[in-house]
Amino acid sequence: MNFLNYVWEILPALADGIKVTMIMTATSMGLAAVLGVIVALGKMYGPRPVRAFCSFYIELFRGTPLLVQLFIIYYGLPEVGINFPSLTAAIVGFGLNSGAYQAEYLRGAIQSIKTGQLEAARSVGMSFFTAMRTIILPQALRRVIPSWSNDVIYTLKYTSVAFMIGAQELTSAGKIMAGRYFRFADTFIIVGVIYLILVYIFSSIINNMERNLRIPGFEMRD
Amino acid sequence: MQAFVDQVLILWSNSSALLKGLEVTLELGFAFFAFGFLLAIFIALGIVFAPKYVSSLLSGFSWVFRSLPAIILLFIFYYGPARIGLDISPFWAALLALGLRHAGYQTHYFRGAIQSIGTGQLEAARSLGMSLPRGLFEIILPQMLRFSLPASANEYAITIKDTSLAFAIGVVEILQQGKYIVAREYNPLAVYITIAVIYWIITRAGTRIFAYLEDKYMVPGFDLER
Repeated sequence: MNFLNYVWEILPALADGIKVTMIMTATSMGLAAVLGVIVALGKMYGPRPVRAFCSFYIELFRGTPLLVQLFIIYYGLPEVGINFPSLTAAIVGFGLNSGAYQAEYLRGAIQSIKTGQLEAARSVGMSFFTAMRTIILPQALRRVIPSWSNDVIYTLKYTSVAFMIGAQELTSAGKIMAGRYFRFADTFIIVGVIYLILVYIFSSIINNMERNLRIPGFEMRD
Repeated sequence: MQAFVDQVLILWSNSSALLKGLEVTLELGFAFFAFGFLLAIFIALGIVFAPKYVSSLLSGFSWVFRSLPAIILLFIFYYGPARIGLDISPFWAALLALGLRHAGYQTHYFRGAIQSIGTGQLEAARSLGMSLPRGLFEIILPQMLRFSLPASANEYAITIKDTSLAFAIGVVEILQQGKYIVAREYNPLAVYITIAVIYWIITRAGTRIFAYLEDKYMVPGFDLER
C-alpha cells in the first residue's frame, strides 16, 4: 500500500481520535478557566489558610510533570477509593494542571490593574464581589487572553500524553493503526501533520479572538 | 500509621532502583537541555542575521518543533530511523527529539531577545571593523543570553519535566523504574507521589540556580523594559 492510500485507509480511525482530542482539550480548558479564576482570587484575597492552600496547589501542579500527575490520578487514587475512567482522569489531570498555570497568569493580569480601581469601586459602595465582577475581572480577563490562549495550544499538544493512561485520543488511535499495519514511522508522521494543522487552526481562531476583544491602548505588555 | 511505615519501608528497599532512574532522568535532561540550548543560539542568530531564505527556513524549523507534541516527536525519532534502516537506542531518540523541540522553543526566546537589542549594534560593531562572527559573539551573544535568562529559566522548568515523556518510548528513567516497583509491590500512590516530589525538587533547584544567575548577570540600567 503506498503512502497516500495508507493515509486514506487510517483516516477514519484517526478522525475518531481527533474528536476525543478536541473534547478533551475543550472540557479541560473549561475546567481550568473556572479553577484559574477561583484560585487566583483565593490566592490574592482569601483568608490565610485559603491563600496557603492556593499557593500549595499552584506549586504542586507547576512543579511536577504532567505525566506523573496523570499516573497519580489514574493509578494512585483508586488506592484510596477514587476511581476515574481514563478519559475523565485525563480531563481532570489536564484541567488541574492548566488551572494552576492559568491562576498565575490571571494573578499577573489582576496585579497589572491599578489597586486604585478596586478601592474606588468599594468607596462608591460596591461590594467586593460586584467590584471584582464588573470592574476588575472584565479588564483582567481581557489582558490574560494571550497567555491563556498559549495554554490552550499547550494543552492541545499535551493531550497526546493521555494515551499512556488509556484514553482513546488521536495519538492512541495512531498507535493502534501503526500496530495493526506495522507502519510506525509513517503513521506518526501523519498524526504529526494532523497536530500541526490543529495547532494552526486553533492559533488562527485565537488570534482572531484577541483582535476582536482588544481595547485600544489597554493591551497588556509582557 | 502502620500502613504508612510499611510504604516507607517498601520505598526504602527500592530506593536504589529509583536512584538509578533519577540518574538517567538527569543525564537525559541535562544532555538535551545543553544540546537544544547550544543549537538554539545558532538558529536564533541565523533567523535574525542570515539571508532571507535561510532565515525563513530556520523559522519554519522552530515553528514545526514547537507545534508538534513531544510524544509525536519521540515516536517519529524512535520509529523513523528504523524505517530507513538505522538503529537508534531509546535514549538517543529521546535526546534528539526533546533536544530539537527544546531548541525550537529556546530559539523563539533568543530571537525575541536579539530583536529587543536591535540590529543597530551589530552594524556599529561592523563599522568599527569587527568581523561578523566577532560582532555576533562579542556584542550580540552576551546580551542575548542575559536578556533571555528569565525565559530560559521557565524553559528549564518545562524541559526537565518533559524528560518523563521519554517513558513512552521505553527509556528506563525514573518513571519507568517507578512502574517496575509498582508492578512488584502494587503501591502506585506512594511511588508516584515520591517521584512527583523528586521532580519538584529538581525543578525548583534549577529555577533557583537561574534566579541566582539572573541576579548575578543582570546589567544595571540595561534591564529590558517590562
